[in-house]
Amino acid sequence: MNIHEYQAKALFAKYQIPVPKGSVAFSKEEAVSVAESLGSPVAVVKAQIHAGGRGKAGGVKLAKGKSEVLPIADEILGKILVTPQTGPEGKEVKKLLVEEGLDIKKELYLSLVADRGTASVAIIASTEGGMEIEEVAETHPEKIIRESIDPVFGFQAYQGRAVAFKMGLPKEVIGQWVKLLANLYRLFVDKSATQIEINPLIITGDLRLVALDAKVGFDDNALFRSPDLSELRDLDEEDPLETRAAQHGLNYIKLDGTIGCMVNGAGLAMSTMDVIKLAGGEPANFLDVGGGASKETVKQAFQILLDDPNVKGVFVNIFGGIVRCERIAGGILDAAKEVALTVPLVVRLQGTNAEEARQLLAASDLKLTVADTLWDGAQKIVAEVGK
Amino acid sequence: MSVLVNKDTRVLVQGITGKEGSFHAAACKAYGTQVVAGVTPGKGGEECEGIPVFNTVEAAVVQTNADVALIFVPPPFAADAIMESAQAGVPLIICITEGIPVLDMMRVKRFLAGKPVRLIGPNCPGIITPGECKIGIMPGFIHKKGSVGVVSRSGTLTYEAVWQLTELGLGQSTCIGIGGDPVNGTHFVDVLELFEKDGQTEAIVLIGEIGGDAEETAAAYIKAHVSKPVVAFIAGMTAPPGRRMGHAGAIISGGKGTAADKMTALEAAGVTVVKNPALIGEAIAKRLKK
Repeated sequence: MNIHEYQAKALFAKYQIPVPKGSVAFSKEEAVSVAESLGSPVAVVKAQIHAGGRGKAGGVKLAKGKSEVLPIADEILGKILVTPQTGPEGKEVKKLLVEEGLDIKKELYLSLVADRGTASVAIIASTEGGMEIEEVAETHPEKIIRESIDPVFGFQAYQGRAVAFKMGLPKEVIGQWVKLLANLYRLFVDKSATQIEINPLIITGDLRLVALDAKVGFDDNALFRSPDLSELRDLDEEDPLETRAAQHGLNYIKLDGTIGCMVNGAGLAMSTMDVIKLAGGEPANFLDVGGGASKETVKQAFQILLDDPNVKGVFVNIFGGIVRCERIAGGILDAAKEVALTVPLVVRLQGTNAEEARQLLAASDLKLTVADTLWDGAQKIVAEVGK
Repeated sequence: MSVLVNKDTRVLVQGITGKEGSFHAAACKAYGTQVVAGVTPGKGGEECEGIPVFNTVEAAVVQTNADVALIFVPPPFAADAIMESAQAGVPLIICITEGIPVLDMMRVKRFLAGKPVRLIGPNCPGIITPGECKIGIMPGFIHKKGSVGVVSRSGTLTYEAVWQLTELGLGQSTCIGIGGDPVNGTHFVDVLELFEKDGQTEAIVLIGEIGGDAEETAAAYIKAHVSKPVVAFIAGMTAPPGRRMGHAGAIISGGKGTAADKMTALEAAGVTVVKNPALIGEAIAKRLKK
């Protein structure tokens, strides 16, 4: 789960991690009153959407004097921001963060990330703040400093000092840096984050460290430990079909193609998408109905697939293990009765009770094509949709 | 010989009285696996599916000499269950549970370090040596005893590959699901080493997916140490970057972990990489003929 920058900064403040003075605004009038309360000659107005790359897309603007805040806020609110992370359709800006402008002496990069390779939380830091870290890794790998934190003993001050001296930070900020890292790690573990990124973390003219940006992602599997985080969830930032699928225990990700797929198991679901592409089609989604798929979940899955207006055909690919194929077949028949199935349907059922399932489908008057193998099924649905 | 488990393996099931635990304990037993004990705290002394239940892993091991733990404990308590079995000296722990917090798994890895224990999973289908024992949730009947070793990050996709092999008359030595989580116990290289040393295994199927660099590491290992033919498939060619594709570990982040990179690395190591998952069986048949 991801949260907005203003929410991440509020969490930072709770953990004594320095952030600029500022507040969220939902209207241009609110933006002006926040700017007035800051007591700073310069204000920064930042679009609050979950995607990165906001600055380049025109979602972050500097207001010199309070009179500029109103027109800037008016321009950004309601704007559709298109960044490399939003996809071509972009994201509408519904809230702003208005902050004091600060005297930036140096921009740094700092993140904590759950690192799969070392099975530990890693500190990643660089003097090249403000740039994308992937870009730094590409062009100046020597400028990225990494340090792993032992999951049992936690962050130690010497680790913070080691990173700071490798980066060549001025000695006046090293005490603050170590404290900031300790607090950041405490937040990471308390709230079960998977990533906390500060880009840039700045050194101000008067040698203070301040988190100018804040990006926090949480481990969905650990949300049960932090029920308070659920309030931070912004459903506006999620695809409505994906939200609905999650409510029914389905793992669904919307894509741009025309062939809807319903599969059991994540690996097979991904491969089914791959095979559709190989056969010359484009998958409309990833959908894993899970190991315990019932008639009801199959019905829900069908409705979600068909509510995507791009879907021109559906491919059901089930390898029955624990899931019994005849149950899936029953779900398909039930769903077809309730939702008007106007697009072609190809069904491939293999594994436990596959024969019974095929007989069940054959005996019904539902119009569908049965496929024997994965490849056969993919070719058939691509051909049907192409007609 | 197979790898890791065989007809003499003695299994204890943690979380045996739960819905999943009891269903699969019975299915494993029906396949012919020696399921000798179950563990559910507070239900010691009872029986489940004809299997004696103990309060602790330690008590179960002392009483039954179990040497494999199969875990169906819900995610909030699964890390604890793994550590309990490791502390009790169970040498092989197979964790089926999906959805364990990643910070929990980091602590588990630290706990296991230096102990003579192998963890398989979590978030995996388990392990099967066809005709001898099944320790996990895979459908037993699609397997056939033979000489192909299968190792995979996925569940149902593994069944798909195994089914293709069986249909072509190609049996399997052992099939191991290492799981779809970002932090797991056993990696491709560990299993490749076992298959390379195993006399029964003549060819290897490796099924990877997007995210992380386990396939790249496997490629380097194969190049240096594996003499047997390897066929690989990588799922997620069409997966968009930055999105988690079902498995917690299946995500392309910062341009790293793409299917294309993994395929290139494996091909460079002499592995037959199939782009079409429907052709895994045929590819093995071809490599075995050579």
